[in-house]
Amino acid sequence: MQNSDLALQIKNKFPSIVLDEQPNFLVVPKTALLDVACFLKSELGFETCHCLTAVDRKDKMEVVYHLYSFSNHFMLTLKVIISLDDLTVESVSSLWRSADWLEREVFDLFGIRFLNHPDLRRIMNPDNWTDHPLRKDFKREDFIPRPVTLGLKG
Amino acid sequence: MAINEKIPGDRFMEKFPGGEIILTKSEDLLKWAKGSSLWPLTFGLSCCAIEMMATGASRFDIDRIGSGVFRGSPRQCDVMIVAGTICVKMGDCLKKLYEQMPEPKYVIAMGNCAIGGGIFYHDTYSVVKGTEQLGVPVDVFVAGCPPRPENLLHGIMKLQEKIKHAKQRPSTTDQK
Amino acid sequence: MGELLTVNMGPQHPSTHGVLYLELTIDGEIVVNCKPHLGYLHRSMEKIAENRTYIQFIPFTDRLDYLASMNNNLGFCLTVEKLLNIPVTPRAQYLRVIIAELNRVASHLVAIGTFAQDLGAYATALFYTFSDREKIVELFDNICGSRLTYNYMRIGGVSGDIPAGTEQIIKDFIAYERKQLKEYNELLTYNVIFLARSKKIGILSKEKALNYGVSGPILRASGVKWDIRKEEPYLVYDKFDFDVPTGGVGDSWDRYKIKLDEIEQSLRIIEQAIGAIPEGNPVSKVNRVFRGTGETYMRTENPRGELGFYLVAEGGFNPYRCKIRSPSFSNLSVLSELIKGLNISDAVCVLGSLDIVMGEIDR
Repeated sequence: MQNSDLALQIKNKFPSIVLDEQPNFLVVPKTALLDVACFLKSELGFETCHCLTAVDRKDKMEVVYHLYSFSNHFMLTLKVIISLDDLTVESVSSLWRSADWLEREVFDLFGIRFLNHPDLRRIMNPDNWTDHPLRKDFKREDFIPRPVTLGLKG
Repeated sequence: MAINEKIPGDRFMEKFPGGEIILTKSEDLLKWAKGSSLWPLTFGLSCCAIEMMATGASRFDIDRIGSGVFRGSPRQCDVMIVAGTICVKMGDCLKKLYEQMPEPKYVIAMGNCAIGGGIFYHDTYSVVKGTEQLGVPVDVFVAGCPPRPENLLHGIMKLQEKIKHAKQRPSTTDQK
Repeated sequence: MGELLTVNMGPQHPSTHGVLYLELTIDGEIVVNCKPHLGYLHRSMEKIAENRTYIQFIPFTDRLDYLASMNNNLGFCLTVEKLLNIPVTPRAQYLRVIIAELNRVASHLVAIGTFAQDLGAYATALFYTFSDREKIVELFDNICGSRLTYNYMRIGGVSGDIPAGTEQIIKDFIAYERKQLKEYNELLTYNVIFLARSKKIGILSKEKALNYGVSGPILRASGVKWDIRKEEPYLVYDKFDFDVPTGGVGDSWDRYKIKLDEIEQSLRIIEQAIGAIPEGNPVSKVNRVFRGTGETYMRTENPRGELGFYLVAEGGFNPYRCKIRSPSFSNLSVLSELIKGLNISDAVCVLGSLDIVMGEIDR
């Protein structure tokens, strides 16, 4: 199955999806995420959620899903853009069990809450921490940044 | 035994003239015994743990200097080899384990991360920058990332020398 | 059902392969529930990646899965080369394949030795496998100066050529290791006690393995014939002839046997690569400091599974975001399902057969 066919097939079914300029990247609106994920798993045979992460773009957050289909040998990347005043998104751990721990990690490091997650708590950092380290505006007194070397500014 | 035949340990043993009895001080005997069978605690945290295992394996053989018996429980150990990076969550466990070890106890900080944070000193939020920051007193620092097995053997032998030359050691219950 | 007891296993434990904390709820000797707690080795690698240049981050990738440092270096370098379209010289490609496969052999040897140690053969198998591994590690010491954290790969090539005489050492090692594999089969694989302890323990079905995102030898042991080196070949793997061993049932014995078979296949690849290595300069000529833009995801076949790097670059000297998708993280998530209903000693067996490294789980 060709990459562009697959992307077009998904876009025809869910018109609110935007195709990113890079191949195999789809930008999915937050509300349509669970429907798209169910469709991908049941109809198109995406058996694995290979990787799940988030990127802090300072004015918004992106949650990135890498889904893989063994039967079609195809890796699809979904991006969900969420705004900073509502950091919640639906959890896909009911469809793919690998998303369980990956979403907990994103919650721990970025603070994005996943709705209907079976056990959303911190996974890497101690439970009594209140801040989220991988955000770009993270500050703490014992965080020692490396001194910037001459010639490497920017 | 001839009168001028050399015996091992003649620095702290004295031959009784003419006979086969040797005299020594009980402290020296105890120090020799303490240093020659330091049983380490299995406290490998990260990459340095693999070099610790390689030191215990057959090529480098830590057993020949007496430390071949790695014990899982801190109640049965003499020395804690902190091998690897200490993270914030693990720091409490380390202190607890150190307090559970019976006297006399020693600590070897193996690897740059255990000495002072290592390459994880800058830009980390969850790494404790060295064993001494937790309040655990360290006897020997073995540098390297990871230190070679010969380096660790040298470190343990330095600890044996330190034990041999130690004066009356203050009890750790006096220290903070 | 008697009274339930909560037992702490770890984080300091001889059998947890690092700092893993398992909260087991047991009924007598049977495990009823298992809750893993991670984070005891969380070294904030991803935050570090945002403050280092691409080359300065390569030593940190060594410390992720510290038993297969060369493969981690390779994964990161390939991702950066894919992002910025940097070519690699042919000699460097062959050298990278040889070094990565040697490291795979070394990593599987440690896994076999520690698995036997967990089952009770306390140091016997460990001494055999570690002494084989010493030969590989000494070779790496001659090539790049270090025994465990190599920092050998660079963006666009490797950091230095192999010294003269290395090829003969590797050929001798291949012959020696083939004899040793026969000895492991006699000593351990078909040993009555070993079979009784590990057969039919911790069976992982194919569907569950795919759903949990498991990869590598564990996935192959459950019957899925999947290897990134065959499906999406990188470097020059498509030029070599090797098989992908698969298991039958998916129990702990299968997961162990697959590693021995993979060592044999790796030796085949190394033999073919040594015979075909071209001349040239493997040292890369890329600048030490460069800017990049774009996003990419690249995965490689590590000894423990599929290591993936998701790299986002926004035009600076440092990556904007570097996500490390580690194979042991997904492999460990299947543990709590597998050990329900087993004895504690079988739980240790399953954990040993999953072959995890905490450095890459916690990053």
